[in-house]
Amino acid sequence: MRKRIALASIAALAGAALLAGCSSSGSSSSGSSTGGYDKNATIQIGSIYEPQNLDNTAGGGQGVTEALNGNVYEGLFKLGDDGKVTPLLATSYTTSSDGLTYTFKLRKGVTFHSGNELTSQDVKYSLEKVLAPNSQSARKSDLEVVKSVATPDDDTVEITLSQRSISFVYELSYVWIIDHTATDLKTSEDGTGPYKLASWKQGSALTLTRFADYWGTPATNQQVVFDYYKDATAENNALLSGQLDLVTGEQSPDALSQFTGNSSYKVNNGNSTTKLLLAFNDKAKPFDNTAVRVAITEAIDRPALLKSIWGHYGKVTGSMVPPTDPWYEDLSSVYPYDPTKAKKALADAGYPNGFSFTLDTPNYDPHPAAAQFIKEQLSKIGVTVKINTITPDQWYTKVYQNHDFTATMQEHVNDRDVEWYGNPDFYWGYDNPKVTQLINDAEQSSTTAQQTEKLKQANEQIVKDAASDWLYLYPQIVVAKKTVTGYPVNGLNSQFYAYDIKKQA
Amino acid sequence: MTAYVFRRLGLLLVSLLVAAVVIFVLLRMLPGDPANALVAVGATKEQIAAARHAVGSDQPLPAQFVTWIGQLARLDLGTSFVSGLPVGPQLVQRLVVTVPLTLLGFVLAVLIAAPVGFVAARFSRSAVGIVFSAASQLGVAVPVFWVGILLVWGFALHWHLLPAGGFPQEDWSAPGQALRSLTLPVITIAIVMSSSVARYVRAGCIEILGSDFIRTFRALGSSFGSAMLRHGMKSVAVPVISVLGIELATTFLGAVVIENVFALPGLGSLLVTGIAQHDYPTIQGVLLLTTLIVLIVGFLADLTQRLIDPRLRGAHR
Repeated sequence: MRKRIALASIAALAGAALLAGCSSSGSSSSGSSTGGYDKNATIQIGSIYEPQNLDNTAGGGQGVTEALNGNVYEGLFKLGDDGKVTPLLATSYTTSSDGLTYTFKLRKGVTFHSGNELTSQDVKYSLEKVLAPNSQSARKSDLEVVKSVATPDDDTVEITLSQRSISFVYELSYVWIIDHTATDLKTSEDGTGPYKLASWKQGSALTLTRFADYWGTPATNQQVVFDYYKDATAENNALLSGQLDLVTGEQSPDALSQFTGNSSYKVNNGNSTTKLLLAFNDKAKPFDNTAVRVAITEAIDRPALLKSIWGHYGKVTGSMVPPTDPWYEDLSSVYPYDPTKAKKALADAGYPNGFSFTLDTPNYDPHPAAAQFIKEQLSKIGVTVKINTITPDQWYTKVYQNHDFTATMQEHVNDRDVEWYGNPDFYWGYDNPKVTQLINDAEQSSTTAQQTEKLKQANEQIVKDAASDWLYLYPQIVVAKKTVTGYPVNGLNSQFYAYDIKKQA
Repeated sequence: MTAYVFRRLGLLLVSLLVAAVVIFVLLRMLPGDPANALVAVGATKEQIAAARHAVGSDQPLPAQFVTWIGQLARLDLGTSFVSGLPVGPQLVQRLVVTVPLTLLGFVLAVLIAAPVGFVAARFSRSAVGIVFSAASQLGVAVPVFWVGILLVWGFALHWHLLPAGGFPQEDWSAPGQALRSLTLPVITIAIVMSSSVARYVRAGCIEILGSDFIRTFRALGSSFGSAMLRHGMKSVAVPVISVLGIELATTFLGAVVIENVFALPGLGSLLVTGIAQHDYPTIQGVLLLTTLIVLIVGFLADLTQRLIDPRLRGAHR
């Protein structure tokens, strides 16, 4: 197994490569604080996801979600670390009997960082910004059910949908409410969150300071600095040398041994929503044949792959649905590892001597290592894998836009993204009318129980069809100094609420 | 001499213009669409089209070129496709890290290399000379990032004397912190650079030490030290300066590796990010600026050589 060799030698040099036990908790927050905390503390957070810009409707990337979502900007609703949606800038809402009109009451006494008061105008502006023709929001297509936004008074927003959408309120948790008079949103901000942006030094750090006029409970620290690294080793060194208080997401288990054996640090093993996929082109030979996809799935030992890349971290879930989605089920045993059965199935499908295919593999971790593993495993059932390494840019053009591939690997970071299997035009070309119907019906549900039931059915069918091979769910590993508590441990869509972080006085 | 300076400056401008065209054309020949940095998985066809429009990659190449050259003529380097920040101020912000890093490393390297090279030459047949020579050979052979990693491990992680990386947010308004951040990277550069420079100094000195004119000066009664100081040094300096010019340019361009090891927000890291995102305005800005700096370094090296060595001045008169 080829592992990340780069600079892992530091760990060897340190000579402390002991794999000690590490704390494992799925709870929403890290351990409780003992004694007092410093209300004026500065929390230094290390991350490798620098925002590309500060606007989440202009291609800010996942870094902008991490740094600003919930910290600087707030939505009408909030998606908690546990995956639950609760009201935030909205205090309550009612739905018309046909499920098409939502009336939201806004929280009173909320001010933007500029000092302007929150009104229904801002909500209208913010929603329209997401829906604008030039919007790069990842939620745009989900929110296109919005037909009109009315503002009967300053505290009321009335949104009419073109069709029922049970996940509408959830989607609203991704719509940042921005002051409608704000400008330069790529480089500055005007939100309502517990922090305001103090500075962004591109390539280096982004600093947030506590907003004095925040409507809610003030942040338990004065300042949060996101320090950005391109190199995970440099980031870990900064944590070891005391420059950082915590690191938001360790990317390689190799480095963890430096912290698991060290009583000054806590290694948190949380749930992410990032899945590693072996995505077949379900419209291209030979993967247009379900039996072939099933055989490939059975021929790859997913737990062994996960172990080789992440040690004892992470999880094999066997589907696109992560545990924080309400319709999660463990489907990892639908097609367990069985190379003998796989080889026979392949023969039955007309490939007694196997076949050969090209695997378009993004050039960054963990894809190359995982591709190598898959290649070795599939060679045992007579299937030859040609690994074609491509850049993220090439992936978007070749695979995502042109569908010019046989199979590819990709990490999918979002929660609740099983719905993409209901879109026959999506890059993987999975087209099962029954699933499309179930996913559309789920969206039309009048209760979440109904929605959950339908999406479970859909997901079971998608897994049965082996639409893709969901190799594993990434772990979310936050490593922090023991003196720091209150940070989120589950990385839902890479958000990172910093306002409850406490540093020992 | 003045005519020479003007001729060289004219040549420099022409080179820069040629570089601008080459940079533009080469970048556009690379496969890739800058719009892809703005889209996410799940993007619709309309969103992709909007992204292409936003970065102008839906425009024909000549139109893109004219826009860029027009901006350049007004000394405007444009705006990053991705961050929306103007490129010029970004470059300045990165230069305040990369320029001190390179120059301090350079000065330290020369301070180490000159005496080491001289001693290695003067005592070339004794144990001292051989040890110095071997040490510089080792310095040339070791990769620069490895030296950096060793220093981080020792001084930052083990002894906790210096930061493992990063640069203060206050930049040089916190000079103490800034210098502390640059200490290890500067030493790293100096170690590697001085090793190769010392070898040139040694070779130059051996040649001069054995030359007729030094022997003549000694015969006329001047001490070894004064013969070397008054006449030998100048002769050694000429070839060493060409090497220094090349070394300085290489170090400046190679700072990207050091910046990566020490997480410094310098020009190199800006270039790496720019390339990954196909952010043409940023890449073009960095490349044009580095070209300019390399040209200026070459120009200054030439000029210094001419000032030291009258024979070179004569040749072009």
